[in-house]
Parts: sequence; structure tokens; C-alpha cells
Amino acid sequence: MSLATSETSATGRQIPDRLKSAMQRFLGSWELLLLVVAVAVFTINSFASPYFLDPWNLSDATFNFTEKAMIAFAMALLIISGEIDLSVASIIAIASTAMGFAVQMGADTPVLVLIGLGVGLACGAFNGVLVTRLGLPSIVVTIGTMSLFRGLSYIVLGDKAYTGYPPGFAFFGQGYVWWVISFEFVLFAFLAIVFAVLLHRTTFGRAVYSIGNNPVGALFSGIRVPRVKFALFLLTGLMSGVAAICLTSRLGATRPSIAFGWELEVVTMVVLGGVSILGGAGSIPGVVIAAFIMGMVTFGFGLLNVPGIVMSIFIGLLLIAVIALPRIARQVMARRKA
Amino acid sequence: MSGSILKSREAILGGAIIVLVIAIAARFPAFVEPSNLANVFNDTAPLIILALGQMAVILTRCIDLSVAANLALTGMAVAMLNTMLPGLPVPVILAIALTLGAVMGLVNGLLVWKLDIPPIVVTLGTMTIYRGIIFLISGGEWINAHEMSDAFKAFPREVVFGLPVLSWIAILVVACFALLISRTPLGRAFFAVGGNPHAAVYTGINVGLTQCAAYVISGALAGLTGYLWVARYAVAYVDIAGGFELEVVAACVIGGISIAGGIGSVGGALLGALFLGIVKNALPVINISPFWQLAISGSAIIIAVAFNVTSSRPKGRVILKKAEHAT
Amino acid sequence: MAMLANTQGIDDVHPKPGERNVDETALPVMTLTGISKSFPGVKALSGVSLQLHPGEVTALVGENGAGKSTIVKILTGIYQPDEGEIAIAGHSVNFPTAQDAGAAGVTAIHQETVLFDDLSVAENIFIGHAPRTKFGLIDRKEMVAKARALLERIGAQIDPHVTLRELGIANKHLVAIARALSIDAKIVIMDEPTASLSHKEIEETYALVERLKAEGKAILFISHKFDEIFRIADRYTVFRDGEMVGAGLISEISERDLVTMMVGRSVDQVFPKRTPQLGKEVLKVVGYSHPTEFEDIGFSLREGEILGFYGLVGAGRSEFMQALFGVTRPSKGAIRIDDRIAVIRDPNEAIRQGIVYVPEDRGKQGAVKGLPIFQNVSLPSLGETSRNGFLRLAEEFRLARDYTRRLDLRAAALDQDIGELSGGNQQKVVIAKWLATKPRVIILDEPTKGIDIGSKAAVHEFMAELAAEGLAVIMVSSEIPEILGMSDRVIVMREGRIAAEFEGADLTPEHLVRAAAGITETDI
Repeated sequence: MSLATSETSATGRQIPDRLKSAMQRFLGSWELLLLVVAVAVFTINSFASPYFLDPWNLSDATFNFTEKAMIAFAMALLIISGEIDLSVASIIAIASTAMGFAVQMGADTPVLVLIGLGVGLACGAFNGVLVTRLGLPSIVVTIGTMSLFRGLSYIVLGDKAYTGYPPGFAFFGQGYVWWVISFEFVLFAFLAIVFAVLLHRTTFGRAVYSIGNNPVGALFSGIRVPRVKFALFLLTGLMSGVAAICLTSRLGATRPSIAFGWELEVVTMVVLGGVSILGGAGSIPGVVIAAFIMGMVTFGFGLLNVPGIVMSIFIGLLLIAVIALPRIARQVMARRKA
Repeated sequence: MSGSILKSREAILGGAIIVLVIAIAARFPAFVEPSNLANVFNDTAPLIILALGQMAVILTRCIDLSVAANLALTGMAVAMLNTMLPGLPVPVILAIALTLGAVMGLVNGLLVWKLDIPPIVVTLGTMTIYRGIIFLISGGEWINAHEMSDAFKAFPREVVFGLPVLSWIAILVVACFALLISRTPLGRAFFAVGGNPHAAVYTGINVGLTQCAAYVISGALAGLTGYLWVARYAVAYVDIAGGFELEVVAACVIGGISIAGGIGSVGGALLGALFLGIVKNALPVINISPFWQLAISGSAIIIAVAFNVTSSRPKGRVILKKAEHAT
Repeated sequence: MAMLANTQGIDDVHPKPGERNVDETALPVMTLTGISKSFPGVKALSGVSLQLHPGEVTALVGENGAGKSTIVKILTGIYQPDEGEIAIAGHSVNFPTAQDAGAAGVTAIHQETVLFDDLSVAENIFIGHAPRTKFGLIDRKEMVAKARALLERIGAQIDPHVTLRELGIANKHLVAIARALSIDAKIVIMDEPTASLSHKEIEETYALVERLKAEGKAILFISHKFDEIFRIADRYTVFRDGEMVGAGLISEISERDLVTMMVGRSVDQVFPKRTPQLGKEVLKVVGYSHPTEFEDIGFSLREGEILGFYGLVGAGRSEFMQALFGVTRPSKGAIRIDDRIAVIRDPNEAIRQGIVYVPEDRGKQGAVKGLPIFQNVSLPSLGETSRNGFLRLAEEFRLARDYTRRLDLRAAALDQDIGELSGGNQQKVVIAKWLATKPRVIILDEPTKGIDIGSKAAVHEFMAELAAEGLAVIMVSSEIPEILGMSDRVIVMREGRIAAEFEGADLTPEHLVRAAAGITETDI
């Protein structure tokens, strides 16, 4: 049985592979717009404060976003697939608490890392089972587990804190690989590449996009939708565990309020990076640039002595504006045409 | 069938609450003394009011995560107003609080309606913006009891017919909501928009406008609660009611309001809020650290949503004749 | 038997049941003139006219995509026309919203019941215009009483208090009709009202139409069933490609002429001539059952065979096919592919075993809109086009090029979003996607539903080609000409069971219709 190959049938017309060249596609892309914004922010910052361009200051600034960005990579995949995980910050809290508890039991650094990753995975698996096995909406499930995971931290810690992490553990959040390049930044860069490849160059990434665009159509095309979604929750849990290790190491202490409110910043980062909150579209390079923008804005405001909470107004406005502006532009355009 | 499920799940929740109260009472009879129950109710009043507003929003397939920030901003605004104009009578303050809250709700509603931005994104954004504005207007300062006028502080605590005004306001809001939901076209439109937006258009209902109206109601109630909260606790600062929006959503979910829209009841939202309120107030009584509360409400959300979904999962089409009779 | 006459081009003009008093000079109650409506890239209607007369049924006839649903949406205030005039009783009107259309006395009963499952029957009937008390609140008592009266008027035995979800499809339909009547309408639009009803329910709908006529309502009746049109309509208007191509009295036109007008060419559908060359058995299904959807389905299928599945809408054909494809799981039964017993737990396994499924609901289940054409084609074949889990775009493009060319796809580029294509071209991409997996059995569920006549012929041609190459084909169709024209053998399903199987000389329209409707000889 020889089903059609190009030799056997010449009936159909030739359809070009692509309408636009790679350059044309790049020129119309969200990522380019973000890049322009990033350059603008960088330029403004360097004029606004003489301290901005100092290498050590810039290096410090990266800590503003590296941990959040690690979660944002996994969250981007999850949101592209049409789900969301609002429990990520709480996973950090419970993973950090578990590590702190292990320290009290005398665990050393490798064990701590395993515990951080393991708790992250377990929490991701818990979310994943609730969403994919029981078919519950992820937004509600993860609002629930957000309270549950952090609540467990509160039960264990109350108003106390765990400290006394072993000296070797400090490397993850405070160590430098070379000159001003921190371990966290290297990890961030490495994970950015891993996730970019995973999403844009593998069959798994393709499955993620197809599920986000049409979950039923993907299922009917042989994509194992529940399995992929479960893997994404696992991955998000795992990355939250990684972030928990870095953050705990950086702070040197665990309080149950650790990373409070991070879930919103992570989601903002992802949406700012051009990922559609409705699923189906987005890219890792976009998220990476968005992470830099958010980090630099925070840092710049910090240098200008603007308090963090005012910063959050800016982030909130940015979140709404990046989604609203294209829509307003489209509406104006449609009206002009009519 | 879904009607009976809804009723039965309210009955289940009501039953669970009664069992909970009896269990507590068995060891700590003081808990069920009328005065204590009235205290618990009064304590839960803000949650009840906000849960009802949230219910309207969730019914229309939206969500309002900005309620707590709205509450805090309105509370700070009226507290500052009070320090500047201590003579301003309470009814004026109430009107200002309602209006300010409604305007913030309107901002959410317009962004959802006119720009078609996903509700979760809109309210995540406005939540941080409203919180930030509190800092801008207050400069991060606290407004303490001694700076507020006595009339301002006394209003929610005034006891009328054995209950504080705060409780009466919650009861009034529940009554108004019961009427709004079951007996007004807007109330029914909430269900229609959430149940089947496509069909709503065909019946002449403006989906966006209805959603916007829900946000305005939710915002106005948040504003009202903002004044009551600040006056009751006699303090206003940037972080009041931080994270309260999740408790509000939790009350709705526990009360059986479907996050997918179109399903829910006033009784459900009320019971959901009461459940959380009773748990919160009972913990210290039964000697459990209040730190347990967060985990308990988290578990309650998960159990409630699992229960919702499994009881309302759509069944396939019934084609076989014998199966038709069997169901 | 009007029902049976709808099969293949029948020349005679139908005898009219009862007397028809069509007053040719009667003034229309509603007149549409020069209505145009465009959407980005598509001109849905260009300068169409339509007249509706009181006490008469006007049938609106046209193929899918002819502009019928657009005109319904304009009449009910969902869309606004770009140009043209709507006049009611001589006065020009416009409907900015659905409520305005209702206020002007226009009401519609839609194809898919657009109602609210979680509201009560009475609320469904009166949502948007419920009776009020003097305080402006909804008067529940009055609403229920009025709903009860309306339901009685149409002979429906439904409690106005129950939630709509509890009703079956036919009763939901009656609620929709009651809703339409609750607005004191002069003009009633019925958009394929009988599409998903049983024989008995259809008769009841006809009776209702007669009653509405007697009440002096002007009825616009949209239908694809010609027997129905000739039975209940007084006038016809034909749309083709967004234009009005004819209108007149039903008594003055034959079915054949009407169909010719509708499709713009001779109606005798030409199906590819083929001499089936049956190979060995590929698929055997035994006792496939599901708790609520189907029971005891068994058959065998051979290489090169086209097996038709006929039945009324809702007979359980699609449900069975989806179970065969692993979307749902059967409660009992087994299948054998070639000589192996196969267990299929999800579509992924079905595809790997060589069974693929072209679904009826193309938009939801077939095309993954948002992904480009080439990615749609390669989606089930990613294992082939990738290496160690890494994509190879060149391979994907090659695959997409090969198979889309064979299906004569029309598209600007292979990286175009599939959602931008016409229905027929989307269907071609879906079929290309499956051929790329080199299947043994291909199931086509209503493969030509809602696609233009040109693509339709192409799909038929292609099915014949596939069978000739030795593929086993299952085709689910509700169109008798298609079933008869394409199938070697036909299984008729009714109420979730196999009602009959026909081949050769037994394969006649009468047999199929009777078996599908459950009519035995004595009933006739």
C-alpha cells in the first residue's frame, strides 16, 4: 500500500511552506517589542542613576528576577497548555520548611537539595492528580493548595523561623561562579535554554501548544492530554522546589511567609512575556526578556529610593497595559476601517 | 436534578456546619452560647458581604481578586477623610465608601467588558494597583484609633436589637441579595450569562454589561466593608485584609458556586462564609493554634470543588431505551 | 410517502396535503430589501431580499454557507446589516439588539436550543421579559402561570418549575417554542427545527406550525429536508453564495428545480464509479456495548471496503465510532485488528493500531485551530517526523506538502493557521493528517457535512481512491444519496443498536429509511 508521496500525485498545486521570512516574523513579534522596552528601561536607568551601570550592582539586580523566572519558565508552559498554578509560592514555603526541618534533623547540603526538589515534585504531583485525574479546574485547585501548602508551613513553624543552614548550602543563593556572575544567574540562563528547547524544539512542546489551542482536538489527534498536563504540573512543582532551594539559601532562613505573593509576580512575568492567559501562544524568549524588564525596573526604582509597593503599581499597570494596548489598537483600527 | 443537587449540597454544608458546632459544643459548651454565636456571626460579617459580591461576579464566569485591595483602599480613604473632616456624618461616609468601591469595581468591569481582557488578569493587576495607591495616599503611615472620630468608630459596633450594626448590615445585604438574585432581571441575567453566554446574547442580554454590573456590585460591597472594617478595628494601614480575597473566593467555592459560572445560590455563599468563620473562631476555643486555619480552609476548598465537580459532571447522551428508564 | 421521496432527484411535484389558500396578492408583513453583510474576508450576504406573509410559511432554502444563518442573525438583532432595509408592515425598522427584534415582534427558534440548563422552564421562557410586580420585581407566580398556559397551548406536558437540564432534547425544543410564543410575535423564524427530533416529535412540530399559521403568524422556515419543505411551506426563497436566486410559490415548483436553483447546477450527484476489490478482513468488532450510548455492536470490515453507517441523528453512530477510536471506553466487547486482539484505551492507541477518525465536529475535534496547517498534519505523526523527541521541521513540512498536495488543498502557505481556511479545506487538512499516519481503517463521520459542493465531490473521489488502495473505510452519514453512492455495504443503527444491514440489491432508500425509523411493513 503506497499512500501518496510527492512522486505519485502531481494533481495538487504547490503551496509554499511559509508566507513570511524568519526576519519578517521577528519584526512583527511581541519579543521584539519587549526587547525595545528592555533597551529603553536599561537606557533610562543608566541615565537616572550613576550607580546603575556598576557591574556588582547589576549582578545584585539579577537576584530580583532569577528565582521567579525559573518558576515562570515552567508556568509559561503550563499557561500555554491552558492551565495555571497559583500555588507556586506556597510550594516554595512548604519546600523551604521541609528543608529547614531537615536541617534541625542534621541533614547536610545534598540531602537538603533532594528534599527541596522532592517536596516540589510531590506538591506538583498533588496538583496534577487533582486536575488531571479528578478533572477539577486548575485555578480553584491551586487556590486551594496555595492555602494548604502555606498553611502546612504555618502549622509547622507558626511565628518561628528555621535558620542554621549548613555553610555549603549558601552557595546556591549566594555563590558566584566567576567574577560578578552568580550561580543563580548561571542556573537561570541554563534553565532558560533548557525550557526554550523543550517548548520550541521538542514534540513535548508541540503537544503543549496543541493542547492549549484545542484540548479536544489534541486528544483526537492522539496527544495524551492528561499525561502532558500532569507532567507540566510536576515540572512547575519541581521548578518551585529549585526556586525554594535558591531563595532559602539566599535568605539563610525559612519563615512561613517566605515568597509571599510571588505567584502573582510569576504570572505577571509570564503574561508580560507574551504568553496568552487563555493558552495556546507564547514563547520562552519572551518570558526571559520580561524577567529582565521586571528585574531592571525593580532595581531602577530601588536606586531611586522608590518603595517596593509603588513598584507593584507599575507592575500592575504594566500587566493590564500590555494586554490592553494591542486590543485598543485593534479596536481603533477596526473603527477606522468601518 | 441540578436544582435538587444544589439544594442537597446546601443541606450537606448546613449539616456539616451543625455537626461542627455540636462537636465543638460537646467539649466547650460556651461556644454555643447565643452571645458567642452572635460574636462569631459579627466576626464573619465582612466575609459574608464580600462573598455575596464575589458570587455575583463568579456567576457571570468572572472572578474578582481585587476585593481585598479595594476594601483596604476605601478603608484608608474614608479614614483619612475622617481625620481631615471629623464632623462628616456617618451616612455621608457610607455613601462615599460605597461610591468609591463601586468606581473601583467599575474599572474592573470596564476593562473586562470593553477591552475583553481576561478577568483574572484584570483583577490581578488592579489588586496590586489599588494596594499601591493606598501607599501613595497614606505615605505608608498608619491611621490609629485616636485619629478617628468617635462617631466614625462607633457606627459598626452600635448594638441594635441585640446585634451590632455590622451584623445587621450583613443581614441586610443577604436579604437584598436574595431579592436581587431571584426576583430581578439583573439577578437572573447573572445566571444566564454564566450558564450560557451564547444563548444570553440571543435573549437580548448584554453579556459584557451584565459582567460589568456584577463587578460594580462586588466593588461597592468591598467599599462598604472597607469602612466597616477600618471603623471596627479602629486602624487603617496598607496591608489590612491582605490575602482576604482568597478567603472570599474560598467561601464561594465551599458554598457550591461553580467557578465555571451559572450555578450558585445566596444560601450557599452565606453557608460557605459561615463555615470558614466558625472554623476560624473555633480554633482558639478548642486549643488549636490559629496557624491551622490556612491549611484547613485550603483543604475545604479542595474538598468542596471536588464535590462540586463530581456531582455535576455532565453525563453522555442517553440513547439506549433501557438506560433511559434506568436513570 | 413524502418522507421517502427525498432520496434521489424525483421529478414530480408533490401532492399538497389539504387545501392551500395562498393569497398571492396578500401584502407581506415583513420585507427585506437589498440586505448586505460582510465579515473580514467574506461577503456573507449581498443585496438579498426576502418577504414574509402573515399566515404563511416561507421556506428559506440554501446550502451551508449560503447566508441563511446570517440573515437569521440580522432578523433577530444579533448582527446589523451593512446596507439594506428591513420593513415591518411598511415601516422601516432596525434592530440594534436582540431585545429590539423581540419588541418588534420577531422571534426565533434556533437550530440548537439556545437555552439555559440551570434555570427553570418558566424562567427560560420569560428571561428578558418576565412579568413584573408593581415594585419592579419579577412576578414569579404570574410567570409560572403564563408559562403553564403557553406550554398547554402547544400541547407540551412540562412542569414550568423543573430545571431545564432535566428535560430531554424534544422537550427542550418545546420550551424554546414556548419562549418564542411568549413574545407576542408576528414573525416566527424556525431554524432547522426538526434537525434532531424523532419521527413522532417531527409530526408534532408540523402540527404546531399549522397552528401558528392559523394564528396568522408569518413563519420563516429553514430546512434542509425537502419532503418537509414541500409538506408545510407555502412559499420559498432560495439563497446561494450570499445572494437571493429565486422565490415563489411552492405549488409552482418541483423539488428538482428547487434543488437545481439551490446548488446552481444539476443535482444528480455524481459519485465516483468504483469496483470494490475486497481484501482480507482488517477489523472485527464483537459485542461492543456502552452503558447508555450503544449496545451489542458487531461487524467485520475488509480491506478496500467502504462500510456505510446510516441512521437518524442521535442513533448512537458517532458515539460508537468514538468508542472505537478510544475517546470513550466500552463496557463490553472486543475488537480484532488483522489477527490481533486489540485493546484501545485512548485515541493514541487507536492511531498506533491503525484506526483513525475524522470527526463530525471539525471545529472542535478535528482541526486544532491556532496551529498552522503543517503542524496540524504532523500532530499524530510527530513520532515519525522527530528524532529522539526533537522536532525536525523540514520533515514536518515534507509530510505536510506531500499529503496536502494529494488532497488538492487550497491555502496561502503551509504555516497559515488552519482556522483561516474554509470548512472544506480544513476537512482536507484533517484527512491529510490521518493519511500521514498510514492507517489501516479510516472512519469518516459525516465527512461532507457543511462543506461546499466542490470539496464534497473531492472528498468522495478521494474516499474511492483510498479504498482502491486497500484502506478499509467506515463512513457515517445521514445523507442517503451519499450513503447509497459510496458504500459497498450499509449498517443502519437505531437507538444505539444495529437495526439492519444491507448490501447489493437490498440497498434501497426505502429499506434504509424504514430501518432507521423503526417502521415495519405493517405500519405503512
